[in-house]
Amino acid sequence: MSEKKISDQTNPENRKSIPLDWSYAEALENTSHATFNKSYGLFINGSFTNYDENQSFESINPANGEAIYRCTEASESDVDSAVKAARAAFEGEWGNYSGTQRSHYLYRIARMLQERAREFAVLESMDGGKPIRESRDVDIPLAAAYFFYYAGWADKLAFAFPGKHPKPLGVCAQIIPWNFPLLMLAWKIAPALACGNTVVLKPAETTSLTALKFCELLKDIGLPNGVVNIITGAGSTGEYLVQHPDIDKIAFTGSTGVGKSIQRSIAKRQISATFELGGKGAYILFDDAALNEAVEGIVNAIFFNQGHVCCAGSRLLVQEGVADRVIDLLKKRMQHLIIGDPLDKNTDIGAVNSRTQLDTIQRYVDTGIKEGASCYECSGTLPNKGFYFPPTLLTGVSQSSTVVQEEIFGPVLTIQTFRTTEEAIEKANNTPYGLANGIWTDKGSKIFHVGTKLKSGVVWSNTYNKFDPTSPFGGYKESGKGREGGISGLHAYVKLENSGGM
Amino acid sequence: MDKQTNHTASQSNTMNSIPKTYKNYINGEFPRTESGRYYSVKDPSDKHIANVGLSTRKDIRNAVQVARKAHGAWTDKTAYNRGQIIYRIAEILSGRREQFIHEMVLLGYTKQAAEQEVNACVELIVYFAGWTDKTTQVFGSINPVASNHFNFSRQESIGVVGIICPETPSLLGMLGLLLPNMVAGNSQVLIASHQYPLPSCTFAEVLATSDVPAGIVNIITGIKTDLIPSISQHMDVDLLVGDESLDTNFRNMCELESASNMKRVYFWKSFISLDELNSTPDKTIANCLNSLKDPYHILYVQEVKTTWHPVSE
Repeated sequence: MSEKKISDQTNPENRKSIPLDWSYAEALENTSHATFNKSYGLFINGSFTNYDENQSFESINPANGEAIYRCTEASESDVDSAVKAARAAFEGEWGNYSGTQRSHYLYRIARMLQERAREFAVLESMDGGKPIRESRDVDIPLAAAYFFYYAGWADKLAFAFPGKHPKPLGVCAQIIPWNFPLLMLAWKIAPALACGNTVVLKPAETTSLTALKFCELLKDIGLPNGVVNIITGAGSTGEYLVQHPDIDKIAFTGSTGVGKSIQRSIAKRQISATFELGGKGAYILFDDAALNEAVEGIVNAIFFNQGHVCCAGSRLLVQEGVADRVIDLLKKRMQHLIIGDPLDKNTDIGAVNSRTQLDTIQRYVDTGIKEGASCYECSGTLPNKGFYFPPTLLTGVSQSSTVVQEEIFGPVLTIQTFRTTEEAIEKANNTPYGLANGIWTDKGSKIFHVGTKLKSGVVWSNTYNKFDPTSPFGGYKESGKGREGGISGLHAYVKLENSGGM
Repeated sequence: MDKQTNHTASQSNTMNSIPKTYKNYINGEFPRTESGRYYSVKDPSDKHIANVGLSTRKDIRNAVQVARKAHGAWTDKTAYNRGQIIYRIAEILSGRREQFIHEMVLLGYTKQAAEQEVNACVELIVYFAGWTDKTTQVFGSINPVASNHFNFSRQESIGVVGIICPETPSLLGMLGLLLPNMVAGNSQVLIASHQYPLPSCTFAEVLATSDVPAGIVNIITGIKTDLIPSISQHMDVDLLVGDESLDTNFRNMCELESASNMKRVYFWKSFISLDELNSTPDKTIANCLNSLKDPYHILYVQEVKTTWHPVSE
């Protein structure tokens, strides 16, 4: 838009002629090309096992609460078959491949994902409830990008670890969450395969679809059998997997509670494990920041993917002098958020992933109010069917409030104020988590000062919720162990042998 | 303050000297354990050398508190400054060479092995002093993200570390665990070897007279069954480091209890057997230095922080 037009519209004389109805017409994404089966077996050793109704569970489209497909709940013996297949592949064909050969497979996966990107985006939104705009513009392109990035490392690993010989670990047990299903799969499988490992991956029980469709793609490119095995199921399947005696590595993304119980359960095994767990990111807004941009940043920090983001900026820390103005701007901005059908291209906030999660979010908001918080919700009506939660602000909270200390994993932002930089740092660091934080200020030196003091694996300055395959991601403290992405991400999938002569 | 004298334990064997009381080292001071209990450290012929404190959970707590408080100022120092402070440890140790050799011989070292090991200790300290301002350059990265952002990753200290020393009289083995953590910018609570606590205790005298700020290295003596549960369960300890030879039950305990606050846990080889040292000192020390001179040990005891910033007009 030219500058002239903008000034035209700001002229009150001209504004009168602009129609007042700003609502959007429905813009539904076409779903006809995104096909899937009514039921799925497990993907073990290069093919799907027979589906057994008696050993199955349904997956619900959270946008309308309807069951859309059923998949198999992997039993202990299924898990064993998957691990055996992965072991055989590691000790067989795949284990003997050169880095160059491995890289060619990974590049093909990246390309295939790009080719089928829209189909995967639609499926991701149908299965998980996230807005099509996000699955289309973020999840699927990034998933392809992770495969493309790590494909390139497969034959260059010696350069990633100066003075060492990197060797694969073996069979990797990988468990991923429901908030970014295909993207988390890519974060796990791409570096593991690049380093020469084989994997058994379990998607979350509410979002198995893109992982199962991903198996089609693996068959199409002819990845050797057993290199990637996908087993569906809930917590008990996950337990069978981490308890399996023949795995060499555990990579888990999920809640801190489950992460700790996995750590306890593997204590006697001296097994390599990396964790990407919960978070309670602070969004520190200084009074010298560009406030309109910062408010846009807040929306992205906490309402992106319905707030189902481990690194979400779920605590706004705003400097006292601008607090009222920021809250006012934020409330106004929130009124323009479009909540509704995830498959509508206009939708900003889609469906909450499951009934269980919806209840959790509600329970946290209730607790917040009970502990003295004031609650502000987006006005407007939510769809009749499905699981939806309006973007919500909680003010009048203190550092010890449950909603400030615990991860809600929904579109709920707590707001606290601060006076000095030191107070902001102190409050930001004062939770058991340490995944990501944001800093908004116009002053570069302050960014580096505060950024250095924040105990988190990611610091977003004047931006938030950005991800890239070259960029390491992961937490301090109870937000996890290890990093995914970049060279650091390779560390999680190799053992380093001394090459001598250091 | 209860400062120690420079007399060594060995002098207890001579008529005109007085034996040394070995105590904990916390916050740059030498307090007695709050338990008031002790155990006897013996030489290879089972002769009493010294009484050493049986520390408790309370001593661990005090040390962790001090280490946490000291951490910020240590990690905020420039890498150049930290490098000089670590280098200074080598200078002080070198000046007290005879004291350590004396004590090592008392513990069963041959004179030759003791001399070589102290030399190797000085060498290892100098080696790690040089890493403070290089790890970021070797292991850090600028990440070419596919968007208009400047993005970089660098290593930072983790915080408070519990170090479990191997059961060996070797000072080198203890330094192999301590030095990477000091370079990393961590502050530490070090549990001395139960059977051979004297080298760690005497090393505290080096630290006390060096430029290392109080509270950065704290040294506790006692029984592992008392101290390992305390350190591994402590909610303000961020990392546990130990030697691969640590008893499996203790190792499992570290892994299990680490779940309380998701402590990082790393074990690497730093144990050196006294028999091997005495029979083949050249080879043993060369091998040991080769495996301990590993900058990846610094990397393991740090966190990676990635910072993003938009690039725009």
